[in-house]
Amino acid sequence: MTLELRNVSKRVGAELHISEVNLTLEKGSQNVLLGPTLAGKTSLMRLMAGLDRPTDGDILVDGKSVVGVPVQKRKVAMVYQQFINYPTLSVYENIASPLRVAGADGATVDRKVRGAAELLKLTPFLERLPLHLSGGQQQRTAIARALVKDAGLVLLDEPLANLDYKLREELRVELPRLFAESGAIFVYATTEPHEALLLGGATATLSEGRVTQVGTTIDVYSRPCDLVTAQTFSDPPLNVVPMQKSGGRLSYDGKSIATPTGTETLADGLYKVAIRPHHLLLHRPPGESIEVQATVSATEITGSESFVHVEHGGSRWVALTHGVYRLEIGDRVAVFLDPTGFLVFDAEDRLVAAPAAAVRQTAGRA
Amino acid sequence: MEKTLNNKAWFMVLPVLFIVALNAIVPLMTVVNYSVQDTFGNNVFFFEGTRWFTEVLHSGRFHASLQRQFLFTFTILVIEIPLGVAIALTMPRRGFWASVCLVLMALPLLIPWNVVGAMWNIYALPDIGLLGYGLNWLGFNYDYTQQPTAAWFTVILMDVWHWTSLVVLLAYAGLRSIDDNYYRAAQIDGASRWAVFRHIQLPKMKHVLTIAILLRFMDSFMIYTEPFVLTGGGPGNATTVLSIDLVKAALGEFNLGVAAAMSIIYFLMTLLVCWLFYTIIMQGEKE
Repeated sequence: MTLELRNVSKRVGAELHISEVNLTLEKGSQNVLLGPTLAGKTSLMRLMAGLDRPTDGDILVDGKSVVGVPVQKRKVAMVYQQFINYPTLSVYENIASPLRVAGADGATVDRKVRGAAELLKLTPFLERLPLHLSGGQQQRTAIARALVKDAGLVLLDEPLANLDYKLREELRVELPRLFAESGAIFVYATTEPHEALLLGGATATLSEGRVTQVGTTIDVYSRPCDLVTAQTFSDPPLNVVPMQKSGGRLSYDGKSIATPTGTETLADGLYKVAIRPHHLLLHRPPGESIEVQATVSATEITGSESFVHVEHGGSRWVALTHGVYRLEIGDRVAVFLDPTGFLVFDAEDRLVAAPAAAVRQTAGRA
Repeated sequence: MEKTLNNKAWFMVLPVLFIVALNAIVPLMTVVNYSVQDTFGNNVFFFEGTRWFTEVLHSGRFHASLQRQFLFTFTILVIEIPLGVAIALTMPRRGFWASVCLVLMALPLLIPWNVVGAMWNIYALPDIGLLGYGLNWLGFNYDYTQQPTAAWFTVILMDVWHWTSLVVLLAYAGLRSIDDNYYRAAQIDGASRWAVFRHIQLPKMKHVLTIAILLRFMDSFMIYTEPFVLTGGGPGNATTVLSIDLVKAALGEFNLGVAAAMSIIYFLMTLLVCWLFYTIIMQGEKE
């Protein structure tokens, strides 16, 4: 099936939860809804599922409007951040529940339940109650329930957010594969940019109820159409530096460099340059760069990487570098703004230049 | 594992022990004292051993009031628990009307017990009370001051009116703690209203309902004020529940030994039921 949202808005009281969303999701596609908390991911999913009715606009399945069709009559499965299972039913009966409602015969139920349990490594726990399982197994049960339903639309609303790191890594790899075979439209909501990149497929970024950009995940990441999208798709937060372009030079804080590729043709004026943390360098890059003396305000060391938070002229930046940096709060460090990572936005926050290098780099990584 | 023991900590418990001793243990011991002795006044006591206990346990009057007590408690539990759950289910989950419902529900709980008794006493009078007059006008022969069934009906109706709210509030709190996503998940599954109640709402309300049953059991088992004000245990002995009988024996007939023995039996029964509930709740917690 194909799901199409046309100018969909959802108003609750005076609040606009979803604002004029246009989206087309093809059969068998993998889609990520990326946005911070309260951006409207859940609201949008509920509209897609048919749990809520849009205030305006139309929702079409295979070209036919489904607005007003109750959710039970649509082929939808949904998995939530919380582990939602029937507390008094065994894992087996939990997985079987959508089949039982649909009136499947005993043999079919048994075959499907055991198949799904096998895929999700739940076979040893089929007779247990969900509450006696670990968080990961509870969520696997909920996912198995969504899987047996053979739904055309599978909605996963931050399904891994409440799991610990290891389980999250494990399930994230399995999830798209599990649903890929069924040919369902797979929609995955998350707040984490790296989760979107790992899942791949297409990404729609959300901000304050609006879809700010839709495209293949890598494209949206490397060429965010506006500053809000770039910020949504950056964790740790984006460093935004105001720069002046005049003549052939781009300058900040009295220092200037030759305009990087892609920005030569821009009109002179003030621009916002966004630099992802891994493009804010603590060592001099090979090419030309803007060097700034900044004060260290915090360092977070993960082992393989260090996040160095610095302050310069009233703004806070964060640099992500390899290895362990031993820096004390208050230390003075030289920070290099590397033009190969500049995302340049105009006064209206629209992207006017993204270096080709950034695209190559991300494409190479994925 | 080696534990550090510091016996000085016991001193911290002393104030509590002192207070509990004064307000619970000492009065209880007085009752125990009465229950094994007899007196003809002037503070002269004779030791009687288990005589009063034997007498009480074999007395038809005690059996009758105990039976009435159990019948009353059982009846109100059977009515109030399902009714309370049903009302809680129909209440709005949030918003302005949820607050209105909660306030309305809480109202009966705020009225002092003797006032409730007095209210119903007048309300149910067949000649001037709205309920009593109304029922007679509808053709029912109703007079709770004369007919045992009418008296029972009124006492139970009064208790249901007064205490169902407590069950409603507890059940409502249990329902509110259920994440909305459970309902959405059930909706997506196409689960019926009954399945949602049976497999989501009821299991999630289990703990608060156990507490509701315990509270209603304890309260109704020790009920005194309301039936005393409403019927005074009458007509005849029709609504003489345990506590009313106890007060009659102790203060009406000044039968201190019998009353004390009754008190202790009464106390042990309550304790037993409490212990049963505690075990059940703890068992539930473990699961």
